[in-house]
Amino acid sequence: MSHTIADKAPAAVPATRRLSQRRMPRWAPAAIAAAAILLGIGIGLAAGLESRIQWGMIALLLFVAGTYAVTTAVEGRRQAKDRVVTSIVWACFIVAIVPLYSLIATTISKGLKVLNGDFLSHSMGGVITIQPGGGIYHAIIGTIEQVGIATLIATPIGLLTAVYLVEYGKGKLAKAVTFFVDVMTGIPSIVAGLFILTVWVLMLGNGPSGFAGSMALTILMLPVVVRSTEEMLKLVPNELREASLALGVPKWRTILKVVLPTAIGGITTGVMLAVARITGETAPIMLLVFGSQIINNNPFEGGQSSLSYYVFEQFQNGNDASYDRAWAAALVLIAFVMILNVVARGIARWKAPKTGR
Amino acid sequence: MDITPTDSALPPPSRGSVTRIGDRVFSGLARGSGIFLLVVMASIAVFLTIRATHAISQDHANFFTSFEWDANATPPVFGIGVLIYGTIVSSVIAMALAVPIAVGIALFISHYAPRRLATPLAYVVDLLAAIPSIIYGLWGAIYLVPHLKGLNLWLDEYLGWTGVFDKTDPEGAARSLFTVGILLAIMILPIITNVSREVFRQVPKMHEEAALALGATRWEVIRMSVLPFARSGIISASMLGLGRALGETMAVATVLSASPVLSAKLLDPVGGTFAQNIAAKFGEASPFGRDALIASGLVLFVITLLVNGAARLIIARRKEYSGANA
Repeated sequence: MSHTIADKAPAAVPATRRLSQRRMPRWAPAAIAAAAILLGIGIGLAAGLESRIQWGMIALLLFVAGTYAVTTAVEGRRQAKDRVVTSIVWACFIVAIVPLYSLIATTISKGLKVLNGDFLSHSMGGVITIQPGGGIYHAIIGTIEQVGIATLIATPIGLLTAVYLVEYGKGKLAKAVTFFVDVMTGIPSIVAGLFILTVWVLMLGNGPSGFAGSMALTILMLPVVVRSTEEMLKLVPNELREASLALGVPKWRTILKVVLPTAIGGITTGVMLAVARITGETAPIMLLVFGSQIINNNPFEGGQSSLSYYVFEQFQNGNDASYDRAWAAALVLIAFVMILNVVARGIARWKAPKTGR
Repeated sequence: MDITPTDSALPPPSRGSVTRIGDRVFSGLARGSGIFLLVVMASIAVFLTIRATHAISQDHANFFTSFEWDANATPPVFGIGVLIYGTIVSSVIAMALAVPIAVGIALFISHYAPRRLATPLAYVVDLLAAIPSIIYGLWGAIYLVPHLKGLNLWLDEYLGWTGVFDKTDPEGAARSLFTVGILLAIMILPIITNVSREVFRQVPKMHEEAALALGATRWEVIRMSVLPFARSGIISASMLGLGRALGETMAVATVLSASPVLSAKLLDPVGGTFAQNIAAKFGEASPFGRDALIASGLVLFVITLLVNGAARLIIARRKEYSGANA
């Protein structure tokens, strides 16, 4: 067999080459791009345009137009359209990367200016806002306590709801819960804050406290935990449940001892991503916790600060020293959220249930 | 019910299910949690409505059409005309910018990028979705606003005749609804990209291969087999993004210089949004002023509820997307 193929192969190649269209060489897009950039710079210089962004725009337009013209001439209109769309898709990607890159780069470069051990271990107590100095110790305490309490409340309720939806849920109630979990994911954080304000502060007459903020964060965290846990529980193979039930193990012990441990990696990931999400919430903290300049270790009484609220507060002070502190706190916040994300995804990969797929 | 060897000689007649205390307690707890969630949703609606009706009944202006927000005054005068306009306009700008670009990036990741680039890219987009909104706000106010001055001047000079891009004070800071729209677009980009990418991945490989076998170019494959399949997914992804843009608080509060003026000139630093107004007015609000803000929060809640509900219904019509909205 191989003998005949080897015989035929040389004859087949010229035939296909004749059947195929004329193609542009591989270096053609690069050449057009280089020409477009040169022309863009030329036009920019000649017209005396100051902004480099305008040069880039001109070059980009020239590139798209040039690609279309050259490809139409060489390969035909259909190929030309294809190439233009390819450059548009690449352009989308570049246009989107620029602001996101700038956001991260600005935060890191400005944040590192005042970020040091003192900044992490001191509060704003006794610091005049226009002075440099002070730190975010009180805000870190506040964030950890508020997010911690919210996690403690939301995780068990969220897990149980997900167990209900996957293991027990049938009929209208389950459908309603599924739908409203989805809708709840989209509740604006400020509305969650207003709700707790209405019930906890206005109707029950409590003052601002970290705990009030935690309750609003719980509302924001719950649907995220339910969704991710639900997805994970659905991945647990039914054979495991059946094997356990066949041994006479009650359903609740099957769930606690077999189903949940199998999915624990994914559940942990979901909870951590939810924690990362609520850590950055500012609006409910503003309405319910009020902020504070000094260290308040008691989340149940008096105002507290939090990292995200601290950023906002320092931004509002509107002077250079405060801006520096805002950037540094923003950097700490981003780092915290990113680390949570990376670790969560690491756990997900490491503990992924073996479904045989 | 214990089944010991002694009474196994006469097994009780089968009753469908064996009731154990543990099972009852556990399923009760699970069911209770589900019901708790519904109760929370219901009580958000109920309690906000109670306070809101109280506030609106005392309002000496038309709540829906008035522009003023002076709830601390006697008699209180407040209305959400400007806020509705600002919220919708900024979100529409955000959608108009973000949806095409997000779909482009999603296509880039799923169909165009070299495989070695695609996986880390998807990962980076995931991470970007997690950046807190206050940081977007800080960056928007300190970095983006000055950098948009050139664009504002350009739009005013060449497109000012449209009226929409006419700027009253061309040299003024770009703290306008237009800037807010751009910032919101950047914020919702990762979410729309994530969901769309997930949908693009689920397009049956056979459809694409069939198109390729007929000699279609890559664009033709996308236009004929990918986009039709993914249309409802893209719509629901956009609506999820819209839901987030409507309710965004901190990024708008830091960037927009708000004032109760309704203007078609998008570049002028006027206007407001629901969430921004609550954040800005809350500090100095009297007890009655808080109720008035709660009333505006209720309107925001209803709007986002409708948008999100619609998005989820569209997703639910195509069951295979249900896992795509993490």
